[in-house]
Amino acid sequence: MTILHVDNVRKTYGGNSYALDGVSFSVEKGEFVAIIGPSGAGKSTLLRCVNRLIFVTSGEVSVNGIAVTGLSNPSLRRLRRTIGMIFQHYNLVNRLTVLENVLHGRLGYKSTIAGTCGFYTASEKNRAYEILHAVGLHEHIYKRCDQLSGGQKQRVGIARALIQDPTLMLCDEPIASLDPSAAKIVMDTLRDINTRLGITVVANLHQVHVARDYATRIIGVNNGRVIYDGLPKDLTIDIIQKIYGSEAHDLILADGDTHGTH
Amino acid sequence: MGLKHTTSFSQMVTHMARIDFFVRQRIVAFVVFVILCGLVYVSIVVTEYDVAKGFTSIPKAVRWSTENFYPDAASFKKINKIATRLSDTIITAVTATTCASLLAFFFAIIAATSTRPHWLFSLVSRAIASLFRNVDVSAWALILLFSFGQSTFTGYLALFFVTFGFMVRVLIETIDQVSGDSIEALRATGAGAGAVITQSVIPACLPQIVSWTLFMIETNIRSATLVGILTGTGIGYLFDIYYKSLNYHAASLVIVAIVLAVLAVEALSNTVRRMML
Amino acid sequence: MHVPTPHTPLPRRPFDRSSFVLSATLAILAVLTIYGFTTFDTNGVDMDMALDMLGDNAKTLFFAPGLSNVTIEGLLKNLGVTVALGFLTTVLGAVIGMVFALASALNLAPVWLSVVVKAFTAVVRAIPTVLWVLIFAVSAGLGSVAAVLGMTFHSAGYLIKAYAESFEEVDAGSIEALKASGADWWQVVGQVFIPSSRAALMSWTFLRFEINFSTAIAMGAAAGAGGIGFDMFMASGFYLNLREMGAFTYAILIFAVLLEYVATKLHTKTMQG
Repeated sequence: MTILHVDNVRKTYGGNSYALDGVSFSVEKGEFVAIIGPSGAGKSTLLRCVNRLIFVTSGEVSVNGIAVTGLSNPSLRRLRRTIGMIFQHYNLVNRLTVLENVLHGRLGYKSTIAGTCGFYTASEKNRAYEILHAVGLHEHIYKRCDQLSGGQKQRVGIARALIQDPTLMLCDEPIASLDPSAAKIVMDTLRDINTRLGITVVANLHQVHVARDYATRIIGVNNGRVIYDGLPKDLTIDIIQKIYGSEAHDLILADGDTHGTH
Repeated sequence: MGLKHTTSFSQMVTHMARIDFFVRQRIVAFVVFVILCGLVYVSIVVTEYDVAKGFTSIPKAVRWSTENFYPDAASFKKINKIATRLSDTIITAVTATTCASLLAFFFAIIAATSTRPHWLFSLVSRAIASLFRNVDVSAWALILLFSFGQSTFTGYLALFFVTFGFMVRVLIETIDQVSGDSIEALRATGAGAGAVITQSVIPACLPQIVSWTLFMIETNIRSATLVGILTGTGIGYLFDIYYKSLNYHAASLVIVAIVLAVLAVEALSNTVRRMML
Repeated sequence: MHVPTPHTPLPRRPFDRSSFVLSATLAILAVLTIYGFTTFDTNGVDMDMALDMLGDNAKTLFFAPGLSNVTIEGLLKNLGVTVALGFLTTVLGAVIGMVFALASALNLAPVWLSVVVKAFTAVVRAIPTVLWVLIFAVSAGLGSVAAVLGMTFHSAGYLIKAYAESFEEVDAGSIEALKASGADWWQVVGQVFIPSSRAALMSWTFLRFEINFSTAIAMGAAAGAGGIGFDMFMASGFYLNLREMGAFTYAILIFAVLLEYVATKLHTKTMQG
């Protein structure tokens, strides 16, 4: 069953250069797709076109068979609540507690008044607590998010996405700001979500070795175009070089280093 | 002629480039210094400021203050009146500031890049704020005298206008700086516009909003004194009465009261800020 | 996920001081504001009528400005006087401010001196500028001398604090490095403090110029300092001429917007380092 279909998507921010230049691919339910590519390749833009945080210039994106571009505001909200998203900088409200940030994931299910007043039911609160147990943050539920480490913040982000009951998780550079051990916990959690809960994951990743270790499929993007779309094991040095261009050399070296230290 | 001029100028530039870096820096500093001195001289002439008198006035003012400008026993009988007027003034400053901050928050929401519905709202909101902020509070007071006469309301509105203009500017910056990322996250969960504002923008920005409001209350207590002189209200007017009737002992007591009030409010808001952030 | 979810009830939220202080502050401000509204002394002004009038007045002020008692040359000259007053007091305040800031920055001066200077300037700043001007006016007479002295005093108090705070942000490592190479106090000031905080100093000084321009208007209106503030005072209190008031308002508005633009540019440059 196709959960995400991206068809010939282009995005330009004015001028002649395209951030996305005719991108097409489909994602089946249950896949763990890693999108890799150098910084500025258009990975973040691509991910944000899926839940229409960014409007495509042309082309079409459909999620669960629903075309995103033509949606009215209420329908868009209904669609967005089925798509979880986590971010490189976590995007939490730092002054609020862990629990409050997780409950934000329920806002898409609420009426305007209930959402604006921030009314959450007891069962929603209990569910948030359960999810926080699952991601190992149950001892910190009343801590303010600015007192957490980066890895903990990202797990709050994951919990916020999970309470949405999503069918699709978008992860925008989820480990780019984390140290290796925190990154491993976050990636393991994402793999769990994928395999145990059957949630489809689409993650932007900068590091090739992480993509290889966790993804079931890799899409390589450069300059707004798809260069590679296939299995992790078929990703050769040549292709990596094509995807990353001049950055490739450093990247492969760094890869070797990290593998060496493991 | 013109050509010759350019040549000599370009020669000068190449010559300058050849001069040692440190020497050139010194030349630039010297030129800036000379220009500043020139502007100061022009300012002295234009304002008809008598430099000699300025210097001799300071020791004279000090001598006069130590002899006459201190609260004496008689002036302390007026302490109740002074306290009442001072508290009126502080209340006016607080009321004007909180109302202005509240209104400014709505204008900032429709103007900030991460929350505005359309860029046109931003433009209009910023223009309105700029008008209110850039006309000085004393000018607003004089303008409002036409409609409201010598009443507390005139001063209240004058403070309200300037505070509103200032707060819109700082709150736009605050919203974009503090809550930009979390707004994106809440939109991605499918939250509506109202929920985004109450669940993300307000909790993230509230401490900053309160902090700026407290700052403006401090500023406005001082401004209220000035406005009071112009509109005949509050502590400023009381000072003016004592001052003009040459009752300097009482006038000095007014100043002492203002200093204590301003320092107390400053200390209080610093404490609140420290405990809140 | 794989962790079995224990059905322990959600614990209660513990007390959080910062949220409590925040809510308490908001509550106090709200109470004071409501109290302020109930005790407003409108001094017998009929509010409905006054609000009606405000609309008409605003229309005249902004859409029908004109000059009658003052010529356009007179207006420009008086605007010049106000600008010059603001400029002069800013420069004088900056010079005094620099000297005392060096004596009050904690990484430059002994602690006792810093405490004394900071306490003194806190009092200087607490007294509104207009009162400073009026105090000096007793011995110097109402006019530019009192205005310059009073405004310089308050500017100095403000700039001492701003400069000292900029100095205190200077990187301790670079100070230590120069001291280690045998530089004396003045050399450290000249080679480390001034260069590394120059942008901040300029930004603060210009901000004060902006404030002093406003203050110069106010001193013209309230303390006999002349300039466009005095013109406005006359238009408001003596000629009751709203159209002329409109012309003056536009004059100060244009200049203030210009100043703010330059200040913002300077500030952005400072932020970028």
